[in-house]
Amino acid sequence: MNDFNKQAVAPYHNNFLREVEERVEDGEWVKMCMQCGVCAGSCPLGNAWQHTPQKLFMMIRAGKREEVLSSDSMWMCTSCYNCIVRCPRKLPITHIMHGLAHYAHRQGMAPKGQPTREIARLFWNNLAKTGRVNELKFSLAMYFKDGFVQGIKNSLAMQGVGIGLIKAKRLNPMEILGGHKCKDKAGFRKMIAKAREIEERKLGNAS
Amino acid sequence: MAKKNYAFYPGCSSQKGSSASNFATSIGVMCEKLGIQLNEIPDWNCCGASIGYGEGGLLPRLAISARNLALTEQHLPGQDLVSGCPACWLSTRETAEKLHGSGSLMAETNEALKEVALNFKGTVKARHIVEVLIEDIGFAGMKAPVIKSLDGLKIAGYVGCQTNRPFGIAGESFENPQYLDKMIETVGAEAIGGYEQKVTCCGGALAFSEPDKSQKQIRDIVESAYDHGADMIVTPCQLCQANVEVYQSEINKKQGTKLAMPVVYYSQLMTVAYGGSAKDAGLDGQLIRAGKLEQLAGK
Repeated sequence: MNDFNKQAVAPYHNNFLREVEERVEDGEWVKMCMQCGVCAGSCPLGNAWQHTPQKLFMMIRAGKREEVLSSDSMWMCTSCYNCIVRCPRKLPITHIMHGLAHYAHRQGMAPKGQPTREIARLFWNNLAKTGRVNELKFSLAMYFKDGFVQGIKNSLAMQGVGIGLIKAKRLNPMEILGGHKCKDKAGFRKMIAKAREIEERKLGNAS
Repeated sequence: MAKKNYAFYPGCSSQKGSSASNFATSIGVMCEKLGIQLNEIPDWNCCGASIGYGEGGLLPRLAISARNLALTEQHLPGQDLVSGCPACWLSTRETAEKLHGSGSLMAETNEALKEVALNFKGTVKARHIVEVLIEDIGFAGMKAPVIKSLDGLKIAGYVGCQTNRPFGIAGESFENPQYLDKMIETVGAEAIGGYEQKVTCCGGALAFSEPDKSQKQIRDIVESAYDHGADMIVTPCQLCQANVEVYQSEINKKQGTKLAMPVVYYSQLMTVAYGGSAKDAGLDGQLIRAGKLEQLAGK
C-alpha cells in the first residue's frame, strides 16, 4: 500500500467492516450475513475456496484485513450467481466477492500471480485498448503470462484446439494484425480514464 | 407482418471470425422467419464480461455499458437493447438498473460519457434474445414457421448460469427452468426431462485460469448428457457452448475419456426446423460436428 492509500484508510482505525462498507462495491451488505452457509454449499468451486463467502464475511467483521485482502478465495468466483439467488438474506454475494477482489487488487494486496487475477487484468487491458476484445491476442497473452518458454509450452498444448477453432472459422489468425475494434477507440480510452479518475477522487486514492 | 425492431448488441464473441460466430450466423434465418429485425448498435463496445471487475472498477464498468445504452438511445430511439450473449445482457442490464437506482452514479457515469459526447437518460431496457422469443413472439409464434420437425432428436437442454441467474427469464425458477426444454419441444425434438446438469456452471472465465477445476464441471455436464442418451447438448450461452465443446478433447487427453458430445445453440435448432441449411445454421462452425442435426438439415 502506498502512503496515499495508507492515509485514505487511516480514518477507519482498524475498523475493517466500516472500510469495506464505505469503499468496497456492495460492501454495505456484509453485516446482513446470518452465517447460514448456503453460499458456501452452492458454489461450484466451493471446495477450492480457502475461505468461503460466509467465512469472509465473518472475517471482515472480526477485522482480519490482511487475511481477507490477501486471500486467494474471492478469485475462485466463476460468476455463476448461485449464491445470489439462494441467499435467504438476498445479499448480492457475487458482486461483493468481485468488489473484494477488485479492492484487494487495487490496494496491491491480492496474491501475486493468482491466475484469475492475471487473466482479469489481461482481459480488461485487451478490451480497453480498442473497445472490443481481440480473442486471439487475449489467448496468446494468457499463454505467455508466465514467460516465453511456458508460453510456447502452453501454445503447443492447446495447438489442437486452436487449429480446430481456426478451421471452424471461430478464431481468425489475422486478428494479430489488429482485428475488430471501435471506430472511436480514442474516445473510449478517454472515457475509461475519466471514469477511473472520478472513482479515485471519490475513494481519496492516488491516481 | 410488420417486423419488430430491436437495437442489437452482438458482443465481441459474435463478431466474424470470433468464438461464437456460428451463433451469429444461426440467428439470421431464425429472426427472418420470426419477423425480428435486429439493428446493430453503431460502434458498440465490449461489456467487460464477468471477469472485467478485476482491473475495472465499478465506474469504468458502468461507463462502458452506459456507452452502449446511450448509443442505443441516440441512434435507435424507442428500441429495446437486445443481446444474444448472457454476459453482455447481464452487464448492460445491471448497469441500466444501477444507474436507474442511483442519481449520483448516473451523474458520475454521464460525466465520463462526456468524453465520447454522449449522455444517457436512462430510457433503454436491456433484454436477452430469449426474452424476445418467449415474451414477444411466444411459443406458438416460434412453432408457426416450423417446416421440418426435428423428430427423433434427443437433447439435453443446458441452460447454464447467466441466462438463468441472477435475472433469468420471468416466471421461471432458478433451479429448474423449463423454457429451454419447451423451446426444444417446440421444434419437434425431445428434451431430456431429468438432465441433472441443466444449470451447472461450466467454469466460465475460470476455464482459462483454473482449467482443472473447470474441466471437472464440464466433464459432469457432458457425461450426464451421455447417461441420458442425448444426441447433443443445446445451450443459449456463448461461453457455455465454447467451454463445453472445446475442452472435451482436453479432458479426453488428460483423463482418457472418449467424450465427443456436440454442443449447439437453440438458434441452430430453430434455423434447421425453419428450413435453413446446415450452413445457414452455422453447423460448419462446430468443433464436434452435430451429425444428426446436419442430416436433418440436408433432408
